Amino acid sequence: MVDVTNVSKAYKEVKVVDDVSVHIKKGTITSFIGANGAGKSTLLSMVSRLIPKDEGSVLLDGEEITSYDNKELAKRLSVLKQSNNIKVRITVRELVSFGRFPYSQGKLKKEDEKLIDEAIEYMQLEDFEGRFLDELSGGQKQRAYIAMVIAQDTEYILLDEPLNNLDMKHSKQIMKALRRMVDDLGKTVVIVIHDINFASCYSDHIVALKDGKCVYEGHPEEMITNNVLREVYDMEFNVCNIDGNRICVFFT
Amino acid sequence: MGYNKKMIILLSLSVASVLLFVFWDVGGEWDYVLPRRLEKVAAITMTGAAIATSTVIFQTITNNRILTPSLIGFDSLYVLLQTAIVFLFGGGTLVMMNSHFHFLLSVGLMVVFALLLFLFIFKKEGKNIYFLLLIGIILGTFFSSISEFLQVLIDPNEFLVVQDKMFASFNNANTELLLVGGVLLLAATLYLFRYVKYLDVISLGQEEAVNLGVNYDAVVKRLLGVIAVYVSVATALVGPITFLGLIVANVAHEVFRTYRHKYLIPGAIFVSIFSLLIGQWFVEHVFTFSTTISVIVNFIGGIYFIYLLVKENDVW
Repeated sequence: MVDVTNVSKAYKEVKVVDDVSVHIKKGTITSFIGANGAGKSTLLSMVSRLIPKDEGSVLLDGEEITSYDNKELAKRLSVLKQSNNIKVRITVRELVSFGRFPYSQGKLKKEDEKLIDEAIEYMQLEDFEGRFLDELSGGQKQRAYIAMVIAQDTEYILLDEPLNNLDMKHSKQIMKALRRMVDDLGKTVVIVIHDINFASCYSDHIVALKDGKCVYEGHPEEMITNNVLREVYDMEFNVCNIDGNRICVFFT
Repeated sequence: MGYNKKMIILLSLSVASVLLFVFWDVGGEWDYVLPRRLEKVAAITMTGAAIATSTVIFQTITNNRILTPSLIGFDSLYVLLQTAIVFLFGGGTLVMMNSHFHFLLSVGLMVVFALLLFLFIFKKEGKNIYFLLLIGIILGTFFSSISEFLQVLIDPNEFLVVQDKMFASFNNANTELLLVGGVLLLAATLYLFRYVKYLDVISLGQEEAVNLGVNYDAVVKRLLGVIAVYVSVATALVGPITFLGLIVANVAHEVFRTYRHKYLIPGAIFVSIFSLLIGQWFVEHVFTFSTTISVIVNFIGGIYFIYLLVKENDVW
């Protein structure tokens, strides 16, 4: 589990994340929701030690995340940010192979190759594995990155807007894949997500941020309600129950 | 064509250029000509390799293929140092100075400068490689301006002494300095070997590298330290020649079209040695010493660079 306690981050005087505490249970999908600039990505970056935090602590299985050995941590927690602009010329398979770096340190063994194959299959990238990244569409690229994280085979997977650039079909495919990884393989997934309907249908736990503060958190049933969402997003929602799922209607 | 085949071709080209350089038109005086030429080959191999490696690594760290370590101001610091010696102590001092002392002074000063710069920048939060570059460029310009100012003040005859140092030249490579420089380069290379495996990962960018378990800040600091030694030794041996790195690193990228440093670095080294030797051969046999290697390198390199920009706008 991940225990985030009283974490804050400020740039100059502006507090981007303000005294946030979140508890992330093992074997669940936790979604961070909130408007643009609410501090979701910053929080995710601090939880994954990509940026230093000003205050507070992030405990991964009881130990402060920044005191972990880098290599060991990379075998337990992986993170994928939304702005991926790799400039080097690299094929999909080579990118996915990088996911094995914490284990192989650059020298791939047989079992590494096997896990790379599996990750590529998981994201249905077999047809593209020899293609260069800059020849792919946004969605294919995104799937290649996620395949890299899968190849990294960590217990905790943190994704910043994994559905960015994806169409409905591939969004669903990725959410289903994440769900499967949690249910079948016991992984723990944390995502920053804008599509609250995906959050509603696939999460076990939703954390709503507003102006750097955690305003609500709970099970989707408690979270996806007209009152909570109105307060989080400052707009009107109409939550309907369709086929047993709580779906928000807010388009008109 | 496979990577290995390309590598063999580049290797053969550099070996061929060594043979051409050493054995062309010896003219009977083997005892005199051969040791001198071999000395030059050694100097060229060392500086060529150091410049190529440091530029490839620098471009990987900065994620940018039009930068070279000279941006941090190594070249201009070197020129400033030579100018300052002439300004303060006169041209005679620079010419007569013990070459070991002069060499170690130049190397030491450049390395210390680079390390201070890195230390100063990485100590602050928001430590960022682009900030480092910006400060480096400003300091580089600052050094050049002071040099120019001093050069205007000194006696024109003394200025000639400085000018001689402002262009790279293999004509006065010195065996004893080669030995000292070689030891320094070797030490830096041995140190580098521990971090080579991280280079491929670092080329993916900072966040990816951290995610994959690389202690990014620490590794980058050490790599910059190695670059500082490489560039300083090369510059102190032959003079400012870092522009060469820009060309050879890009040729290596063009030839191999990969992110893998186990191909990029040796490839760049071979290209570097080949082009320096051929350039020096032209200086000696075609231009009969009427020009210097840096003029040729800059001329050919500039043309190649413009070609690259025109041919493939989206290379970067």
